[in-house]
Amino acid sequence: MRLPRLDRARLARLARKELTQTLRDPRALRVIFMAPIIQLVIFGYAVTTDVKNAALVLYDRDNTAVSRQLVQELTASGYFRLAGTASRASDLAEALDHGRAILALEIPRGLQTDLASGRPATVQLLIDGTTSNTATVAQAYASQIILRFGQQHSAAPAAIATKGAAPGVDLRVRAWYNPNLESRVYNVPGVVGNLMMLMSLLLTTLAVVRERELGTLEQLMVSPLTPAEMIVGKTLPVVGIAMIDLCLITSVATLWFHIPLRGSLALLFLVSFAYVVCGLGIGLLISTVSNTTQEAFMTMFMFFLPAMIVSGFFFPIENMPRAFQYLSLLNPVAYYVRAVRAIFLKGAGLAALWPEVAVLAVMGATILWFASTRFRKTSA
Amino acid sequence: MARDAGTGTGGRVPRLSLKRLWAMAHKEWIHVRRDTRSLAMAFVVPAVMVVMFGYIISFDVNDIRMAVLDRDRTTQSRDLVDAFRSSGYFRVTARLADDRQISPLLERGAVRLVLVIPPDFSRNLAARQPAPVQALVDGGDANTASIAINYAQAIATTYSVHAVLKGQPLPVPLQAESRVWYNEDLKSSNMIVPGLMATIMMILSALLTALTIAREWERGTMEQLAATPVHRLEVILGKLAPYVGIGIVDIVLVAVAGGVVFAVPFRGNPLFLMGTAFLFLVGAQGLGIFISATSKSQFLATQLAMITTFLPATLLSGLMFDLSSMPKVLQIISLVVPARYFITAVRGIFLKGVGFHVLWGQAVGMIVFAVVGLGLAVHAFKKEIA
Repeated sequence: MRLPRLDRARLARLARKELTQTLRDPRALRVIFMAPIIQLVIFGYAVTTDVKNAALVLYDRDNTAVSRQLVQELTASGYFRLAGTASRASDLAEALDHGRAILALEIPRGLQTDLASGRPATVQLLIDGTTSNTATVAQAYASQIILRFGQQHSAAPAAIATKGAAPGVDLRVRAWYNPNLESRVYNVPGVVGNLMMLMSLLLTTLAVVRERELGTLEQLMVSPLTPAEMIVGKTLPVVGIAMIDLCLITSVATLWFHIPLRGSLALLFLVSFAYVVCGLGIGLLISTVSNTTQEAFMTMFMFFLPAMIVSGFFFPIENMPRAFQYLSLLNPVAYYVRAVRAIFLKGAGLAALWPEVAVLAVMGATILWFASTRFRKTSA
Repeated sequence: MARDAGTGTGGRVPRLSLKRLWAMAHKEWIHVRRDTRSLAMAFVVPAVMVVMFGYIISFDVNDIRMAVLDRDRTTQSRDLVDAFRSSGYFRVTARLADDRQISPLLERGAVRLVLVIPPDFSRNLAARQPAPVQALVDGGDANTASIAINYAQAIATTYSVHAVLKGQPLPVPLQAESRVWYNEDLKSSNMIVPGLMATIMMILSALLTALTIAREWERGTMEQLAATPVHRLEVILGKLAPYVGIGIVDIVLVAVAGGVVFAVPFRGNPLFLMGTAFLFLVGAQGLGIFISATSKSQFLATQLAMITTFLPATLLSGLMFDLSSMPKVLQIISLVVPARYFITAVRGIFLKGVGFHVLWGQAVGMIVFAVVGLGLAVHAFKKEIA
């Protein structure tokens, strides 16, 4: 394939026209530069899989020092907060029905005496499974805390024997890259991938479809611009804007959210450039099949939504059904999200990330080439 | 009289005419029907979302890839590795011989956990001393990492019991007997599919309704509409009607798909569901029209609708992420997110089978939302036309 020749002066003029057109509307300007930041901040705070302050309603039939201490231990963990106390078992069901609590704990009479005499005891835990993720985590935390409490407060000889440094395997866990296991550290770099894709898709598609809708695309066609110049001239401003957005997002992520950026900034830009080329190639492709802005938005959404879901942004790809795992191999967002996370958190370099960079570069080149041949055909 | 019957710029508001309203709705319906892509979108997007979210959203973790660096190389250390493997949660994909192999493996994301067994492992076990074993975890994905750590701890404890107590049961003086209600198997599709109704309604309002007035502005047909003798409430209601209709069909589709494909239980009253959904739809679409009328450009309308309706409906509604774990500010903001109340109501109807006596607060919220949405739409429209 021979590279087409580009006239630099014509290219610059077209690019400038595009920029003027995009940035003329101050509200559009706000959307381009403010929206990513707003979205990043909302995502950064809202996308959390941690469980904190889950509402617990208590029916304490024992009402002794030990039972109160158990409740104290549950709330002191930070995972649970006492949302109310019940005086009848039916109150527990009502609290769950009304959604006032997602956990209901019933402590039976005689807990203190049972533990003191070394008899095994049980407490009842009712969990609202409606929000299954929170329920799963909350159940695990509560069971662990109760189990540990029992081992510490029981007078049974076996419990006393295993107290303290029990012999056996002593598993010492160390979490790399994110020692406090905060979900935000993982999610914020993931948001970058979504915002960059959205921006490059949106701007490219609009730049073409708007002209088609207004009928000015024909005028461009009869101008002495070559097709290659037109494509480059239309997409160059998009690359520029996307890169500025990347700087903004990265600044907010590191300065506001204190996400560590351990890898090289140059690699981040390199990988982002390849990714933006993928995005604008897809945008160009969408614009060839859309006559109106609305059609373009629809088509874009149909691509963007599934691409975001199978990107591993919200949910790990390895837990998905096989078919979706294969689908994710074709998804540029998946490669980019993985690369960005590795650059931010692990400080990964080209040695570890060359497969992602290579795939994105090949994808970008292929999509762009395909889109421009289609673009020439549909607009000719 | 024709002037008076105009868009309310002069004199008293004329009486609403059902005939004119019908004509407006019919005109809008023709717009929608001609735009085959939008129509397809209105039904394909919900289907795609239900299937993808239903299958993909899973907080279960299994098949975690791990690597082993066994410096002890005894029966005991091999038994420990076997305990990990046979648990079903872990898959050993690499056996290392050297410290230096660990870091690249975790960095590439090839494994999530590396188990390092020191040379004196079996000696310590035999001497009935604590035998330290290191587990290095890729903490990047905090959620998966904490689950993997929990599994690893449990496996280590079980192994210790067998190795040290020689099969004697570990004493359990106090146990939590837990029962899960409403969603007994803790299936995430039971949580997501009903909740998706809110998201889908919001997407419809952002991608379809938000464009209807902006489109008329961009094409210059707004003046024509303004010059026709129709009341502005007739315009708004007429524009809303087709989209509300589409929305109702979508709700039924999601409910049926949820029941048939994912076996989501439906325990409540279908009429109550339809009533709440209808009010929510009217509110969402009214909001869409309001955004459309104030932004006048399709690009801005879509962007604004995305940021003000779709995003909060997905993130600040409790659809996927627990509201009580978020910072206080976001919790306060979520109080004005209508989707939050709608999702609570829908989940209550689907899974808990509760009705008006529990969900009256949510129902009132939906009425308020519908009135506010419609009011905003009419207000913005009046200002724009004048």
